[in-house]
Amino acid sequence: MSGAFTVTHGTRVSRIVALASFAALAALACAPLWAQASSLNLLTQIFAYVALATMWNLLAGFSGLVSVGQQAYVGVGGYALFALTIFGGLHPLVALVVAGVIGGLIAIPVAGLLFRLRGAYFAIGSWVVAEVFRLLASQITTLGGGSGTSLPARIVTSMADGRQAREFMIYWTGLALVVVVLGLTILLLRSRWGLALRSIHQNELAARSNGVEVTRIKLLVYVVAGFGTAMAGALIFLQKLRISPDAAFSVNDWTAFVIFMAVIGGIGRIEGPIMGAIIFFVLRQALSDLGSVYLMMLGLVAIVIMLRAPRGVAGWIADRFGFEPVPLERRLTRSKPSNESKPESAHV
Amino acid sequence: MDWLNSILQGVLVGGLYTMFAAGLSLIFGVMRLVNIAHGDLVVMAAYLALVVTQALGMSPLASLLVIAPLMAVIGYGLQRWLLNRTLGDDLLPPLLVTFGLSVIIQNGLLEVFSPDSRKLQAGAIETATIPLTPDLSIGVLPLVQFLVAVAMIGSLQALFYRTAWGRAFRATSDDQSTVQLVGVDNRHVFGLAMGLSLAVVSVAGVFLAVRANFDPSMGPARLIFGFEAVIIGGLGNLWGTLAGGVVLGVAQAIGAKIDPGWQLLAGHLAFLIVLAVRPEGFFPKVQA
Repeated sequence: MSGAFTVTHGTRVSRIVALASFAALAALACAPLWAQASSLNLLTQIFAYVALATMWNLLAGFSGLVSVGQQAYVGVGGYALFALTIFGGLHPLVALVVAGVIGGLIAIPVAGLLFRLRGAYFAIGSWVVAEVFRLLASQITTLGGGSGTSLPARIVTSMADGRQAREFMIYWTGLALVVVVLGLTILLLRSRWGLALRSIHQNELAARSNGVEVTRIKLLVYVVAGFGTAMAGALIFLQKLRISPDAAFSVNDWTAFVIFMAVIGGIGRIEGPIMGAIIFFVLRQALSDLGSVYLMMLGLVAIVIMLRAPRGVAGWIADRFGFEPVPLERRLTRSKPSNESKPESAHV
Repeated sequence: MDWLNSILQGVLVGGLYTMFAAGLSLIFGVMRLVNIAHGDLVVMAAYLALVVTQALGMSPLASLLVIAPLMAVIGYGLQRWLLNRTLGDDLLPPLLVTFGLSVIIQNGLLEVFSPDSRKLQAGAIETATIPLTPDLSIGVLPLVQFLVAVAMIGSLQALFYRTAWGRAFRATSDDQSTVQLVGVDNRHVFGLAMGLSLAVVSVAGVFLAVRANFDPSMGPARLIFGFEAVIIGGLGNLWGTLAGGVVLGVAQAIGAKIDPGWQLLAGHLAFLIVLAVRPEGFFPKVQA
């Protein structure tokens, strides 16, 4: 039977989810009208973590690049922001984007080294790189060396007129960052590179023999993650107004928490890190007084989820209810359905 | 002479890094598992040594008679009840479960022992030195530490290539399914390997605790030192791991000599240079 086929991603559910997301986005964009300063502050932190977790998920969940060293790029982003505004005189928002570009550029030579290590050794190697960056940052005496530095008042005030306008600006920057990072990830995964990643994930050897350029695609993903993570880092330290090597390159803050979010929410799904970040912050608001016991509980929860429900909350929802808010697979749909049959579709 | 002294100290410290690395190398060799909690287990052993020496009045080295079997049992249990469930084709479960374990151990130690740094007293041996020339002398403790590391690698090598356990380890490493056909229970073999790894970790922990101050946050850096020694020496080669530990120790000593702030950086850079020019390490044996 003849008939043209088209490749589509969307389903009815995903279109409804997309509409709801736009509504939520509009509501969030208006948040300065209805939310208190402390809530805006908290939301900005959540945005930064959603961005970090989405980037980690792109690496580990979709590309098999399990990193425990993404704090390297958070720190690079933060330090780049401080250096570009203090020495380069750039506006903080311009500096934030440039910091992302710097993160992406640094990722290229780093990948050249780290891609020599496979699997779990890649993970620890990425940690070594983060340590090297931390030690190098503490040698930068003009940015306070090991004890760090604060963003000078003239730069803070140059951002916008008045404290409130500044808070709004940082908040909107955070929201824009989430949109950019999520949008970039979805576009990437739905592109032909995304299809290639899927094939690598299923069988790397078969993908290679079918002409998929595995190393180049992994490099692309690693660079995109460096870009997004460094921008998130720049935002985080723009909000904190103070940076030090230990804070900027903290494995706990920028990798352990991020991994918990991705694991709890669901690795390998777009909505996973978002759900994970929300769950993480709800837990944190309720339990952070417990200090190190709270961290032990997080570790335990991550282990239990990894063993019992490795697809996380989002994966469980998808399995239980067939709810696929952001489908990434390609569906072949007959664009001109013939008279006698319903449109057939096949999942690829 | 100053330089020679630094390099010699670096070589001896390399013994400690070899001990961090040996346990890591062993379990990777047998079951391709990378244990992110390895460094935290070293620190946990150091705290166990602290408790045992204080409670039983034993010397640090004698406390190993208690700690090594205890850690071996913990390792066997950990592998049988937790880590065996994570092994398979997927890379994520073992990595993330051991990562979770690392967070639990680190914060558990913090909760029980506080963040204050501690040290294990070993008595007169700590300050004893052997003069080599009028300008050059070596500490007895670092020397003992290095000799123990050499003996440890020698014993592991003998165990791997001359005993029934070693045959089971190597066979399981070569082919997990075939080894089950000839009556080897690979779950048990993995448990034994982890038990042995943690017995090795306990020795490393005691030397760590005697050598300098330690605190609950030190684990990840010990993991990284051990990992660097393994990669520099070449995967799957135990004597190579010793060479890797020494290279790392010497690089750090030279870095510290140039500028105290460069000690750790120099070690990491040595690792990155090896990765750049000889990614399979100096003496490779297996492909990762």
